[in-house]
This record gives sequence, structure tokens and C-alpha cells, in this order.
Amino acid sequence: MTESTWMRRVLIGIALAFLGLVLIVPLGTVFGGALEKGFANAFHEVQDPITGAAILLTLKMAAVVVPLNLIFGISAAWSIAKFDFFGKKILMTLIDLPFTVSPVVSGLIFVLLFGAQGLLGPWLAAHDIQVIFAIPGIIIATLFVTFPYVARELIPIMQAQGNDQEEAAVTMGANGWQTFYHVTLPNIRWGLIYGVILLNARAMGEFGAVSVVSGHVRGLTNTIPLHVEILYNEYNLVGAFCVASILAFLAIGTLIAKVLVKKQGEL
Amino acid sequence: MKDKSVIPGFGPTLGFTIFYLSILVVLPLSMLILKTTSLTWPAFWEAVASPRVLAAYRLSFGASLAAASINLVFGLLVAWVLVRYPFPGKGFIDMLIDLPFALPTAVAGIALTTAFSSGPIGRTLESMGINVAFTPLGIIVALTFIGLPFVVRTVQPVLKDLDRDVEEAAICLGANRWQTFINVILPVLLPAAFSGFAMAFARALGEYGSVVFIAGNLPMKTEITPLLIITKLEQYDYAGATAIATVMLFSSFAVLFLINRLSWWAHTQRSSKEAL
Repeated sequence: MTESTWMRRVLIGIALAFLGLVLIVPLGTVFGGALEKGFANAFHEVQDPITGAAILLTLKMAAVVVPLNLIFGISAAWSIAKFDFFGKKILMTLIDLPFTVSPVVSGLIFVLLFGAQGLLGPWLAAHDIQVIFAIPGIIIATLFVTFPYVARELIPIMQAQGNDQEEAAVTMGANGWQTFYHVTLPNIRWGLIYGVILLNARAMGEFGAVSVVSGHVRGLTNTIPLHVEILYNEYNLVGAFCVASILAFLAIGTLIAKVLVKKQGEL
Repeated sequence: MKDKSVIPGFGPTLGFTIFYLSILVVLPLSMLILKTTSLTWPAFWEAVASPRVLAAYRLSFGASLAAASINLVFGLLVAWVLVRYPFPGKGFIDMLIDLPFALPTAVAGIALTTAFSSGPIGRTLESMGINVAFTPLGIIVALTFIGLPFVVRTVQPVLKDLDRDVEEAAICLGANRWQTFINVILPVLLPAAFSGFAMAFARALGEYGSVVFIAGNLPMKTEITPLLIITKLEQYDYAGATAIATVMLFSSFAVLFLINRLSWWAHTQRSSKEAL
């Protein structure tokens, strides 16, 4: 009926060896590298003021990006899942687009739009507004890279749910907000949280796109991943891995949250 | 769905969605086309087909293909083991599959570089005469990491839904386990596996963060296409960077189109199976 115990063990062994080499080794290297000079040193590294500035910038950036893309995601999912209209396929393709565009290209397009030689460059310079090589550029590039996450999670859930409950609520006199808040939201809540978790992880960890638009100014326009790169390029390996550990903890937290939410919502 | 829905909010939500997409996606991406069309044909050709750029395409394409192929084979195996066999720590391993999606690429990049240069694995391989870091092999390792979840996650649900009756029937008809796998199970898994393969390939083509650290970045040898865009930008060669980006954008569209065809194929194959 099924494979012999021996065969099973060999297959499990090969699979685990592969995953160990590709997944566990890098993760272990991050924490091992951070602790090379001991716990006390690792804590000291993380408390560096420039690292602190990078963490603060990353948190601020996520605080802008996550709510904006959350609102967009809900709005896009509502219009796409609840209604039929011409061009829906094209709209969905456009929403998926950032997933297929290289992060570097995602950064480049905003340099072309807002940079000194870009379309809006002269106007921005005349009004003394700096977007590229400054924080607004980092926020906009991250918005671009992360905006599909919530919509992508919500659209299939809302489509599977159908419109019956919302139609009933509206017929009984609920307005749009009431219908969304009391009828739709409870049904999509776990999908929503799931999408936000993924969105947040990507926003805080994005490297390529942010690298193109950031000016790489220490303590000013460096997010955590960019700070890791600088430390690494300065041959401060322990420092780089200490800061990288923060992001690795974020990643592990994201994975655990994903599993918990998936169980709750049975997605 | 009815022509006129009683559900409110169509106008505002669609309006906001289109507005947001126009500002954030359509306008910036059209800059790419606008800037490219400002080049003359010979200048465009010079930018996208110089020997150094061609070497970068070859490397990006070849390494992405190699990494996606590794992930196709091992992804099928990992999905199979995770769905079919019980073993201790399975829940943890299943959770860890998504690590490449959650771990920032720069972190993966420095970790892989250290592991495969000065780490124990790197030193062991070096004593065997295999250099991974700062060679094309290192690029393949990074791209394998980045693309690992795709095949596993596309194949897993199909394998879970697979009707065991068909396997039992094959066995009853005298097929051995291997024949059953090749002739009965694999054909059902292949569409999903190939769409996972195509997604991993597309992701690898554009990948930057995890690769730049391990690649070595030598022109003509270990310089990937996204890095070339960054290099051109740093030299203020905006037109050159844009021209290469346009080529990359259209190749990722081509892969996206392929993915859609593959998932359509997977879908029709599954629904035709259900109809039987």
C-alpha cells in the first residue's frame, strides 16, 4: 500500500537534510554570528544609537505603510469580491504586479518619478520637497512593494463567502458601514490579520527597493535592513548579525503568528 | 450575481482602488516606458545588449533556472514527506518552510555568505575544492533559498486533496509503488509543481538582496541583472538603468503570463478529474 519504513526514513532524511542546509544553516548563522562575542556584547550592539535610529525609522515607516495598504486592501477586496464590472481581471493583474516586479525596478520607477532628473523632480526642487534619498521615498517604495498582501488574502475569502449575508443586512436597513462592520468584518477578520502580518513583515524587511531610493545616510535614512548592510560592508560582522537578529526574530514571530492565525481562522 | 447589487459602496471603493493604483503603480511604471522611449534605437540597443549586460542576463537566467529546478525536485519531495509521513517536529518544519518569505533578504544574504565562506560548511566544501561564496554557485544557493516555499506550497494542497482510491485502484491493477507514483500521482501534481517552479523562477530573476552579498559581483562573471541596474544608477546612467529595467519588466510579464496559463491548466485538469 505504502512505502516501506526504510524507504520512508530515507525520503524524510533527504528532505530534512535539504531543509537543514537551505533553511536552518542560515538561521543558525545569524544567531551564532550575533552571539560570537557573548550575550552582553550582543545587547550592547543593539543599543547603539544609530541602530536605535534605524529601528525607529523602520517602525515609523511601517506605521504609515501598514494602515494605508490595509485600507487599500479592504477597499479593493470589497469592490472586486462583491461586484461584477468590466475590467476586473485587469484590475486584479495590476494588484498582483508588485509581486512580479524586481525590487530594484520598484525602487527605480520612483527615482524616475521623483528624482532630480525625474518627471516631478524640478517641481519638487522648486518647492524644496525631497522625496528620493529621504524618508518619503522609502515610504512610497515600501507602499508599492507591499500593497498586494491584504487584497490578495481578502479577495478569495470574500468571494467564497458570497453576498447573501450582506444583502440580508442591507435589506433589513443596515447602511454600508454597519454592514461591513457587523457582517463582513467578522467573516474576514482572520484573513485580514493574516494579510497584515505578511504586509508588516515585508514592509519592515524590504531591502532592494528601499536601497535604491534611500540616501543611505546613517541614522537618518537607513532602515534596519540597510543598517545591516552597512555594518556588514564595514566588516563589523558581529554587529551586522546582532542587528540582523532583530529581523530574524521578527521573521520567526511572523511565522508563529501565521500558524496561530491560520489555525484560528482555518484558512 | 445580479446586474444591480443592493450592496452599497461600489463607487467609492472602486474609485479609491483605481485612484490608489493609478498613483502608486500605473504612473510610476509608465515612467519606465516614457524614459525608455526617450532613447534612440541604437542607444537602447547599446544599453540592453552590450556584452556586459548580455553576460548578466545569461547569469540571472541560468542561475534562476538552476535554482528553480532544484526547488522543483526537492519541493516535490518535501511536500510529499510533509503530507504523507508522520515524523517528530513536522509542525515546526512545516512552519519553517515559509522562512524565506518572512526573513528579510539582506539577512538571508549575509547569513548565507558567512555560512558558505567562513562557516563550517563553507570550509568543508572548500577543502573538497568547491567554492560556493563569490561564485555563480553561491548565486544558485541564494536563489534556492529565496524560491524554496513556492513548489512546496503549491504542491501541498493538491497532494492533500488527492483521492487515495485512485492509488489503491492502480495497486489492485498490479502496478508497483513506483509505477503508481510516476503514472498516477505525478501527473496530478505536475501542473501545481510547474506553476510553483515558474513562480520561483520569476522571483529569482528579480532577486537582489540575498544575492548581492554572496555573488562577488564581478562584471561578466558574477554580476546579476538587478545589480547592473543599481550600478548604472550609481553612475547616473538613468537611461541605461531604465532600458535594462524595461527588459526585466517584460520578461517578468512573460513569466507571469506563463504562470497564469499553468494555473489555468492545473485548474482545468483538476475540474476535469472531478467531473469524471
